[in-house]
Amino acid sequence: MATQSMTPMEDTMRMKITEALKPTALEIFNDSHLHSHHKAMQGVTSKETHFRVTITSEAFASKMQPARHRMVYALLKDEMAQEGGIHALQLKTRTPAEEERQKQKDALAIEK
Amino acid sequence: MFSRTAFSSAFRATSRTIRPLPTIGTAPRFLTPLQIRLLSQETRTAIDKAVATSPVVLFMKGTPETPQCGFSRASIQILGMQGVDPKKFTAFNVLEDNDLRQGIKEYSEWPTIPQLYVDKEFIGGCDILMSMHQDGSLAKLLDDKGVLVPAEEAPRSEPPK
Repeated sequence: MATQSMTPMEDTMRMKITEALKPTALEIFNDSHLHSHHKAMQGVTSKETHFRVTITSEAFASKMQPARHRMVYALLKDEMAQEGGIHALQLKTRTPAEEERQKQKDALAIEK
Repeated sequence: MFSRTAFSSAFRATSRTIRPLPTIGTAPRFLTPLQIRLLSQETRTAIDKAVATSPVVLFMKGTPETPQCGFSRASIQILGMQGVDPKKFTAFNVLEDNDLRQGIKEYSEWPTIPQLYVDKEFIGGCDILMSMHQDGSLAKLLDDKGVLVPAEEAPRSEPPK
């Protein structure tokens, strides 16, 4: 118990996503504090309710966005269904090639 | 602004169409796990109808004029910016009907609200809408489906991009 994590939900998400999707990049942002005053959050004590997740994985190749999001939702089904669990999950799901293209585009935009 | 008033008038129509959706009223308050997992035929039929109400249908928290969630608000704003014709748009407030709120998640196999349908086809949630808005594919989709306000009717007061 001495080493109990302060972010059990984030840890679970990271573990499940890493295991299933073998991401080349994975960023998890906890935005819960921005939403704690929401009506829907009344009585919820968890500090891990709203997440923003960016995943880059080859597993998304040749899949449309809804299919990619469903893959992640399926992984986190229990965490989203449980009382006081994940309430909101913002997703950015890209393949390594798409990420590279976006980076080039961003670089161009800065040069302009 | 045009889109704001147009969308709110569109919703007034919907707050009536939402009524036929079954409410639990007399049903037992506690559902067994089996009942929770299986979308009842009644609810499925009601959602079939809801999805077919207009070419563009948004299931959201709150109403277009007073969204109760930032993601629903963003979705409404995107549809407004795209110039979706209010006559071809319907919004359903899932907070008004718990059967709808739970049912739509199973119906779409999508665990979050908002959810956008175009021509009865599930398009995605707020993130997908946002990325399609940014990469131009939403404009193309809506144009292809003929659900935008015709160019000649477009309000002239709209600020240029």
